Amino acid sequence: MSTPRDPTRDRTPAPEGTYPGVPVHEEPEGPPPWDRVVSATDRMPSTGEGPGDEFSRGGRLTGGKSTRFGDRLFRGMSVGSAAFVLVIMAAIAVFLIWKAIPALNANEANFFSYEQWFPNGTPPMFGIAALAFGTVATSILAIIIAVPIAVGVALFISNYAPIRVAQGLGYIVDLLAAVPSVVYGLWGYIYLNDHIKDTSAFLDKYFGWTVILSSNSGVGPYGRSILLASVVLAIMILPIVAAISREVFLQVPTDHKEAALALGATRWEMVRTAVLPYGRPGVISATMLGLGRALGETIAVAMVLSATFTIDWHFLSPGGNTIAANIANQFAEANDTGRGALIASGLVLFVITLIVNFAARWIIARRKEFSGAAS
Amino acid sequence: MAKRIEIESLSCFYGNFKAVEDVTLSVEPKSVTAFIGPSGCGKSTVLRALNRMHEVTPGAHVTGRVLLDQDDIYGPGVDPVQVRRTIGMVFQRPNPFPTMSVLDNVVAGLRLNGMKTKSTLAEEAERALRGAGLWDEVKDRLHRPGAGLSGGQQQRVCIARAIAVQPQVLLMDEPCSALDPISTLAIEDLIAQLRDQYTIVIVTHNMQQASRVSERTGFFNISGVGQPGKLIEMDSTHKIFSNPTEKRTEDYVTGRFG
Ligand SMILES: Nc1ncnc2c1ncn2[C@@H]1O[C@H](COP(=O)(O)OP(=O)(O)OP(=O)(O)O)[C@@H](O)[C@H]1O
Ligand SMILES: [Mg+2]
Repeated sequence: MSTPRDPTRDRTPAPEGTYPGVPVHEEPEGPPPWDRVVSATDRMPSTGEGPGDEFSRGGRLTGGKSTRFGDRLFRGMSVGSAAFVLVIMAAIAVFLIWKAIPALNANEANFFSYEQWFPNGTPPMFGIAALAFGTVATSILAIIIAVPIAVGVALFISNYAPIRVAQGLGYIVDLLAAVPSVVYGLWGYIYLNDHIKDTSAFLDKYFGWTVILSSNSGVGPYGRSILLASVVLAIMILPIVAAISREVFLQVPTDHKEAALALGATRWEMVRTAVLPYGRPGVISATMLGLGRALGETIAVAMVLSATFTIDWHFLSPGGNTIAANIANQFAEANDTGRGALIASGLVLFVITLIVNFAARWIIARRKEFSGAAS
Repeated sequence: MAKRIEIESLSCFYGNFKAVEDVTLSVEPKSVTAFIGPSGCGKSTVLRALNRMHEVTPGAHVTGRVLLDQDDIYGPGVDPVQVRRTIGMVFQRPNPFPTMSVLDNVVAGLRLNGMKTKSTLAEEAERALRGAGLWDEVKDRLHRPGAGLSGGQQQRVCIARAIAVQPQVLLMDEPCSALDPISTLAIEDLIAQLRDQYTIVIVTHNMQQASRVSERTGFFNISGVGQPGKLIEMDSTHKIFSNPTEKRTEDYVTGRFG
């Protein structure tokens, strides 16, 4: 019903009433608070419904208004930045693939199933199997250890602690998140390694039947193991997961919490009925961020693991390796093929991270209409 | 199962700020009592003090007594959680749990009470939804998100959720203020039916609503900013709206406010 206008020609905002058929649009409402919460911490899974779309939709709807200078500037800047990021991403990907292909061609072993890593040998033989296994194993174990504790800390800060304690604790958690990973690595190597040996012996004795909580000999030696790397990683990612979860839990509307309390919920029941379900997507995103950091963590893992290239399910035995740690360990001495091989392993790490992110997105999207974003 | 409420010299505080001073009144069982008064005079505060929701706000506390059939709900050793299970509440803004389906919302309180059997829960949900006059509208979408209903339907889900646990008293804080006239009418009809079983206290800004649904009305007022709100007069609704004792009440109900 409106006369189509050429936005490039018609730069002045239309005075009201000039186009009788066109209703005067209100400013598009910003994303409602829950959407903002989720998307602030949760950019990755909110694709398709995120604030970005909201903006562009608003821009199109408001037609005449988007010709204002500020809007055009903002639009240009955001489109430009987005394009810039995409170009850089593409350039990096092309470069990596281009560097990896010659090494993969020279490889005499099956890259996906071979466990050893001799890219500098003649003929070069290397495979990602053991590295990928170690990467995924340490990260998943770290998540299993860290997330329940982190959620507990976040719940305590957001729903239980008196305000002063909560502030202090929140501050400490934020500080911990900023400690560089090399410090965690040093601490893990010098201190934790000695102390994890007793724990490992204990676990082996009583939980050795699970295989993963045993050493391959059954009597040690322990230490410098996948378990140690996982614990160090867990401590490293705990503050991140806790900090984000806390923010999400703090955003739970008072309305919902009071609804639960008014039904006669105890504090814990209130948390279970109102806080946790509402925070679920945020906690998943926080977990994925933590997992991302664990998968890519390099120096801390390189310091604590005694690198071996075998798939070994005995997580208490010394050994194991991860893609990132292996890159750090080998890069200096690698020849051309060696570097290509490391780059290929980096691409695999990239793919693993992508898979993890898609999985998270899928989990969140599955129950989207129950996420609280539908109200 | 409906119980009488006696409020004896109740004062409510937010930190050091005294929001309500020295309220004494009684609420008859199986009747509807309305609280009216200008904004900020403490109607919600008093209402929330009746099921110990007031103290959920950090720093908030009360003095005085609230008797539920002789038992002081602020007495020593009384568990606020138990009080809230006995006295249900409906809020001004519909607040169904967004992460739950309609059905789960309605039975949320029953689940908290430990009811687990699926079939029993479904029966109770149907009973509560019929009680809230919502069954026919939602019976085909029980497993859809509760937040996907219209505002009026959401509010009736909240009422169903409150009556599903068969409380002895039902507190409603401006339950229709976010609703259109038709939903409002539906909820007023509902209140008229519920009065046979429950003791109901309703806060409203709508004089017609107060006169339509309630038997007794309490008028609260505030003498100035920063002053505590007080109960000015409490009487039968008919008397409050036709021939109140206090001049201030008359001014308020006839619209000559201030
Ligand atoms: N959470 C709070 N913290 C501090 N003061 C509060 C809080 N809630 C209410 N008050 C104050 O207590 C007084 C009474 O508020 P209350 O919400 O009970 O008024 P009301 O009569 O329900 O008003 P309305 O009709 O607008 O809902 C007001 O002065 C208000 O500012
Ligand atoms: Mg109020």
